[in-house]
Amino acid sequence: MPDLLLELFSEEIPARMQAKAADDLRRMVTDKLVAEGLVYEGAKAFATPRRLALTVHGIPARQPDLKTERRGPKVGAPDAAVQGFLKATGLKSLDEAKIQRDPKGDFYIGLIEKPGRDAIDVLAEILPVIIRTFPWPKSMRWGARSGKPGSLNWVRPLHAITATFGLETEEPDVVTFEVDGIETGQTTYGHRFLAPGAIQVRRFEDYEAKLLDAKVVLDPDRRKDAILTDAKQLAFAQGFELVEDQNLLDEVAGLVEWPVVLMGSFEPEFLATPAEVIRATIRNNQKCFVVRDPKTGKLASKFILVANIEATDGGATIIAGNERVIRARLSDAKFFYETDLKTKLEERLPKFEQIVFHEKLGTQAARIKRIERLAAEIAPLVGADVGKATRAAHLAKADLLTEVVGEFPEVQGLMGKYYALAQGEDASVAAACEEHYKPQGPTDRVPTDPVSVAVALADKIDTLVGFWAIDEKPTGSKDPYALRRAALGVIRLIAENALRLSLMKVAASALAGLSVKPADVSKLPSDLLAFFADRLKVQLREQGARHDLVDAVFALGGQDDLLMIVRRVEALGKFLDTDDGKNLLAGIKRASNILGIEEKKDKRSFDGAPDAALYGLDEEKALAKAIGEVKADASAAVAKEDFAAAMSAMAKLRPPVDAFFEKVRVNDDDPKVRENRLKLLNEIRSATRAVADFSKIQD
Amino acid sequence: MDASLPAHMRPERSFQGFILALQRFWAEQGCVILQPYDMEMGAGTFHPATTLRALGPKPWNAAYVQPSRRPKDGRYGENPNRMQHYYQFQVIMKPSPPNLQELYLKSLAAIGIDSAVHDIRFVEDDWESPTLGAWGLGWECWCDGMEVSQFTYFQQVAGVECSPVAGELTYGLERLAMYVQGVDRVYDLNFNGRDGDAKVTYGDVFLQAEREYSKHNFEIADTAMLFEQFKMAEAACKKYLDAGWKDEKREAHLMALPAYDQCIKASHVFNLLDARGVISVTERQSYILRVRELAKACGEAWIHTEAGGAA
Repeated sequence: MPDLLLELFSEEIPARMQAKAADDLRRMVTDKLVAEGLVYEGAKAFATPRRLALTVHGIPARQPDLKTERRGPKVGAPDAAVQGFLKATGLKSLDEAKIQRDPKGDFYIGLIEKPGRDAIDVLAEILPVIIRTFPWPKSMRWGARSGKPGSLNWVRPLHAITATFGLETEEPDVVTFEVDGIETGQTTYGHRFLAPGAIQVRRFEDYEAKLLDAKVVLDPDRRKDAILTDAKQLAFAQGFELVEDQNLLDEVAGLVEWPVVLMGSFEPEFLATPAEVIRATIRNNQKCFVVRDPKTGKLASKFILVANIEATDGGATIIAGNERVIRARLSDAKFFYETDLKTKLEERLPKFEQIVFHEKLGTQAARIKRIERLAAEIAPLVGADVGKATRAAHLAKADLLTEVVGEFPEVQGLMGKYYALAQGEDASVAAACEEHYKPQGPTDRVPTDPVSVAVALADKIDTLVGFWAIDEKPTGSKDPYALRRAALGVIRLIAENALRLSLMKVAASALAGLSVKPADVSKLPSDLLAFFADRLKVQLREQGARHDLVDAVFALGGQDDLLMIVRRVEALGKFLDTDDGKNLLAGIKRASNILGIEEKKDKRSFDGAPDAALYGLDEEKALAKAIGEVKADASAAVAKEDFAAAMSAMAKLRPPVDAFFEKVRVNDDDPKVRENRLKLLNEIRSATRAVADFSKIQD
Repeated sequence: MDASLPAHMRPERSFQGFILALQRFWAEQGCVILQPYDMEMGAGTFHPATTLRALGPKPWNAAYVQPSRRPKDGRYGENPNRMQHYYQFQVIMKPSPPNLQELYLKSLAAIGIDSAVHDIRFVEDDWESPTLGAWGLGWECWCDGMEVSQFTYFQQVAGVECSPVAGELTYGLERLAMYVQGVDRVYDLNFNGRDGDAKVTYGDVFLQAEREYSKHNFEIADTAMLFEQFKMAEAACKKYLDAGWKDEKREAHLMALPAYDQCIKASHVFNLLDARGVISVTERQSYILRVRELAKACGEAWIHTEAGGAA
């Protein structure tokens, strides 16, 4: 079956857009083919800075013929209706129509046979539509045609379209169409500098090979592989090790059609500037890689650049030029760093009075004060020195106003640590300047130094409470202030450091420090707690745990000690994995179901202690005794926060519960006995509530 | 490069030769070679030959040097490549020709940048000027890792859709010349291409000015006067725009250019006030918006003028 080759040749496509564009092109063309009844065998798309290319192989040469029935007017309908029907179906006369009977009468049915069209004609129809509606994140108009309405929008000026269709064994046909004055053909162009001439192509195989001859590596993965291999090799040959950087590799591969990896140097004196700053400078501004000494792990005074040409001088000019720029950039960075060191962090703070954090939440200065106060309150709860936590909170944001962070926002926090150490701050205080932003996500490291933990919690809880107070909660996919991440950060800080603190109390305290007050102050902490519960569920689900267990624990009410919640959920999960756990759950559910039905029937609940005098059967007595013991044991274990022991205690309920259901008929004819048995069932429910609300657990 | 040029006129030897080579190249592409606009402005884009001429249906090809004033960028002549006054070379072609990238690369060859040994790249850079109400898509052009030009397809200028689209090239002249001459400090650029006593450097021409203007921009400029000037320019711009309509029908405008001068003026005064640090963060945004409103009103007036394409 024939193959399609499509290439859209343009001026330089932004690197960050290439991968998605290739994917969109493949998806849009193949979706449309399938919708047209052309089921293909395979498709692959590619992108370089100057082209998007797509090959779809194994497309049927023709669409299948389509037969559809169309219901027409009633037999005996007015002539106008009949004529309309004939016109719509293409039938010559009613003799060609069938008559079908249904409850409403006899109707004409026209059978329309739509012969399948040649795939090449279908392609000529769908491709221009796809090009005109292509979802570039940003697109533009250009040239003389942009003065007229309806001109093409593309990411950058589009120059040529190659579109061929045919069998491997034959000369393919051009899929003929025109978009905005560009007619399809079989001509593309090689590398902008190394082989700029026109190339005639037939189909994907020779297209890719001829491009390679013309110094264009079509496949981005091949370019990445080549860059990575060469870069590692080049570093290794000089006794260094490449500092790998996937995002940079992706970007750089999108900036070249013919990658040539070269190595340059800078003056070793620059290495006195923090490594992260050097790396950010070289990476962000110059899109070059850095290398390190494999023995010490320290940066070397070398960088690796990826050029787009094989230069006639072997790259000497390119290296010299890049070295010049990197030297200038590093001098700037060094200057920024040294300038920053001249001002103490606290001297920067008054500027925060002028900087608005959020129009409803006041200035950055106000926010820093709140975090200080909260960190001081949290400090004793997490084993941190109050003085250090306050000091750390005082300084933690100051680096935002430094030159280096202004230039490279991604080193915020880290620079704070460097500057704090340089001005002789305590090591924990300095560490907190960096670590209070952590954890940034589910995989980021969680700080363990109590000072860092106190400030990290204070920072995040202030953020959460603040945005809750002004009702800027996340909705759906919108979470502009990254509040979900902040909540998850709080959960991880508490759980992984095994911290005991009441979230409600801390939230209430944070709220008291705010100058804005929400409409309903009393509701906020519990609202926020529900948000934490949701985040915890997501977190546990991602770890493979059951989120219904979180509900079962939160349903107990008054649970705001995250660590205890997590422990309970863990113990509960383990318990439910055992046979005892599964059977007990089944028994409890059975009890709950029966109770639910009977409560509905009698329109009353069966609270209250059962009357021991009314127990007639041994199984009843045994269950009552077991409940009494389990209640005591489980409560004692919970009081000691030993949830595993509470679960073991709970397991003792299983045999009497099983025996009860086997031998005892709850709905006894004697209403008093029935009521008493229902009360006993209710006791099972209440006994198990020592650890969780089992009714919230799904089977 | 023209081999017949005397040594002191070669683009890799002299700053003035460098400028002349670019002018000659673009003249050969059919551009009118204009002289700098006689007002202070932050970038070559502000020149009415770009801002206003980019609007309307009429073809327009021009190239010129524009002294650019960025009061905040002054460093008292102490920084090797940052100045409050520098030169931009600006090319505008409307509609953008299909081979604008090739022309740009040829212009680099004309000033001594050979694409066989230099790594020239088009790196995404979307251009936006909030004060001009303008945006476009294009690239920063890199030569061996250094940004040497800005290449933009204007989509909107002064709030008006470009129809047809103009292509704009902006060369940072000092930076490019430093690269071609191989000097690390802008003040060491050879200005006239001569040697010995006859040599005039960029520093000879501009170093004193950088020191004086840095002092002026950061320390001395009279802010009360500047606030007043801003208001005056803004009022004058509006007044000229109002008075410029030919008649009640408001179909033809006769004074877009004088009005636009006042917009340029307001923008520069704002930049001076900003350098003096007397505009707060929140006020800053409102000043930018005020200038943009002027620019948009001028754009609207311009498309009702003859050169703007009004019938």
